[in-house]
Amino acid sequence: MKPARPGSRAHNSLTPYVTGHRDAACIRSRQFSCYTRTLRSEDKVTIHFINRDGLKMTVKATPGDSLLDVVIDQNLDLDGFGACEGTLACSTCHLIFEEEVFKTLGPITDEEMDMLDLSYKPTDTSRLGCQICVHKSQEGMTVHVPESVADLRQPDVGTTSSSS
Amino acid sequence: MTTSRVLVFKPMKSLLTTKFSRSTRFTGLRRLASTPDSCPRVCVVGGGPAGFYTAQHLLKIHPAVQVDIYERLPIPFGLVRFGVAPDHPEVKNVINTFTQTGQHERCSFHGNVSVGKDVSVEELQKAYHAVVLSYGADGNRSLGIPGENLPGVYSAKDFVGWYNGLPCNKDLQPDLSSETAVVLGQGNVALDVARILLSPLDILKKTDITVQSLEALAASKVRRVLIVGRRGPLQVACTIKEVREMVSLPGTRPDMRAEEFKGIAESLKDVPRPRKRLTELMLKAVQGSPAGSGTASRLWGFRFLRSPVEVLPTPDLTRAAGIRLGINRLEGSGEGAWAVATGETEDIECGVVVNSIGYKSLPIDPAVPFDPRKAIIPNTMGRVEQAAGLYCSGWVKRGPTGVIGTTMNDSFATAQSLIQDMGTGVLDISTVKPGSQAITPLLQKRGVNPVSFSDWEKIDSEETRRGKAAGKPREKLLEVEEMLKTAHSRGPETQCTQSRD
Ligand SMILES: Cc1cc2nc3c(=O)[nH]c(=O)nc-3n(C[C@H](O)[C@H](O)[C@H](O)COP(=O)(O)OP(=O)(O)OC[C@H]3O[C@@H](n4cnc5c(N)ncnc54)[C@H](O)[C@@H]3O)c2cc1C
Ligand SMILES: NC(=O)c1ccc[n+]([C@@H]2O[C@H](COP(=O)([O-])OP(=O)(O)OC[C@H]3O[C@@H](n4cnc5c(N)ncnc54)[C@H](OP(=O)(O)O)[C@@H]3O)[C@@H](O)[C@H]2O)c1
Repeated sequence: MKPARPGSRAHNSLTPYVTGHRDAACIRSRQFSCYTRTLRSEDKVTIHFINRDGLKMTVKATPGDSLLDVVIDQNLDLDGFGACEGTLACSTCHLIFEEEVFKTLGPITDEEMDMLDLSYKPTDTSRLGCQICVHKSQEGMTVHVPESVADLRQPDVGTTSSSS
Repeated sequence: MTTSRVLVFKPMKSLLTTKFSRSTRFTGLRRLASTPDSCPRVCVVGGGPAGFYTAQHLLKIHPAVQVDIYERLPIPFGLVRFGVAPDHPEVKNVINTFTQTGQHERCSFHGNVSVGKDVSVEELQKAYHAVVLSYGADGNRSLGIPGENLPGVYSAKDFVGWYNGLPCNKDLQPDLSSETAVVLGQGNVALDVARILLSPLDILKKTDITVQSLEALAASKVRRVLIVGRRGPLQVACTIKEVREMVSLPGTRPDMRAEEFKGIAESLKDVPRPRKRLTELMLKAVQGSPAGSGTASRLWGFRFLRSPVEVLPTPDLTRAAGIRLGINRLEGSGEGAWAVATGETEDIECGVVVNSIGYKSLPIDPAVPFDPRKAIIPNTMGRVEQAAGLYCSGWVKRGPTGVIGTTMNDSFATAQSLIQDMGTGVLDISTVKPGSQAITPLLQKRGVNPVSFSDWEKIDSEETRRGKAAGKPREKLLEVEEMLKTAHSRGPETQCTQSRD
């Protein structure tokens, strides 16, 4: 199944994490970290995703694409992944990397860190998938899709305080 | 897709497009999917994120379920349209996903139907196997202090509704003729309000903010916005992205009180990273205005350990002239610290007070259990307590906190509970239910004319057309009458719509 593209309204088909105008929206965020975009090559990179149930999904990804692109283009079944379509306005594309790979991923902007801070249990090797571009050096890497997001403030926090 | 041969994992996407034949994969659900007439029918009350995400997940995990969404307004998407700030268009990208759900062949949208008024929950329960309540939080927490109802005092809900074009708030006409505005509460909504009050017009005029509010903001005399919290800097409810936006808002500089941050830097050692980074950002703002904006004429600032005590009236008692704040001290520590009144007070002169201490869900129908203390529908994992066949999701399930991602997760969980109940027989789907076939005639008899998803798309394209002329993404229609006229029109403007029928 081909994901919906800008302008092509997916008539009567529902692929929750596949959405319309994402590409245009992604451009802004791409400027942040996709320095590898220029290195585009036809050689595909093998990437393993471990989903929230521990299932392994292996894909061949195009260098230069963001990991959010990969998830969407390959139609990986990750509910709610990339809700804001790669515009750094949510943390639903939170991914956890292997330490060695993490070190090679390039700097994190404040804006990405702000959103990571709102994700559910960020780790020391967490990044947002929309900010990471596929690179040949990542051949064979495994990324974990962690448990779902949660608000910084749990619903009960406010109620413990008393009004005066 | 050329890469499919290396796909070790077979995604479940097929469940979305395959129809009844696939139902055999659902052991226990086999009996539900014989003919379309006998398919399980679920209706969702409320067309906000919770409603759309619940519908999306139901459609995804059940191959035959029919989902009807009933929404009070002629327009879908709830707070994504009427809450999310106009200068946050990227947040509204979720509309693309909701649109796919709205266009799904097993989903239909019925806008302009107020449940509890136009149709009762009992009537819905008769027509559907299950009813999911996802109607959000339509009220606001009141301050409970003298002067709260004076002109010049607005609830954040109304103020936000006003700049976002919510029909019932279009005539709010907030009085912005005084220099200082006080926003009570330090959540993200408070920061949205502060930012809109202080944003340069050049930024706002490129958004989908209404023309009326843009004009009012152009004439606004408000130069200083104070964001007041009852607890300390380590307990603010807003998140870092929103504070960063304030810090870098052109033409403004922070107006903080350094003494309120005494000892804060030292206490950050053991604080979790998100809270630590947020606090460090505030400390930076305290230390000075950002580079190059020293002359900025507009000010924003936090005030801490202050609880509203009374809105002070003008001498002729006709409107708000200031606010009296009770000074608190903190007991306990960290996120759970609580405020205790010291008995001292402080008065601040201000002609605008925006109450942003939170939204609040309201009961919509006596048939639905409601917990008045927590202001939510009592539930276990989305199953309404002591009410078979009723479910809930979103703010009415959890209370009015959490971003769209939080709402998404809890809506998926509710959908999961519902489908599970179908499988185990807890939810009886053995009888044939008529769904909207029974509701539509009822509505017709009552003079209610529903708006379908393709009707909404006519409104959408009319708004986009008007917006284009003004250099904005859209110019929202503000009158329900006009929305309905556009939705049900067959005139020339409908020719350019992407209506699918
Ligand atoms: C001002 C504001 C700004 C926000 N900004 C952001 C942001 O930038 N990013 C973010 O992630 N989150 C943001 N949020 C949070 C987000 O909006 C909520 O998490 C989410 O909207 C809750 O979804 P809901 O469907 O439960 O409620 P709602 O969005 O309120 O949807 C409820 C729907 O039910 C309808 N309804 C009500 N009563 C009835 C009835 N009787 N019959 C039929 N329909 C009915 C309403 O009209 C509405 O469409 C913001 C919230 C607010 C208040
Ligand atoms: N950009 C975004 O992502 C965005 C934008 C807007 C809204 N939202 C989300 O929408 C949700 C709702 O936001 P919100 O700002 O309405 O709620 P909120 O985050 O719960 O903040 C409410 C604020 O009001 C204060 N308050 C509550 N009762 C009070 C009382 N009796 N007296 C004085 N102060 C009181 C709270 O202080 P205490 O902490 O002391 O209780 C808190 O500062 C939040 O989860 C928010 O993150 C997100």
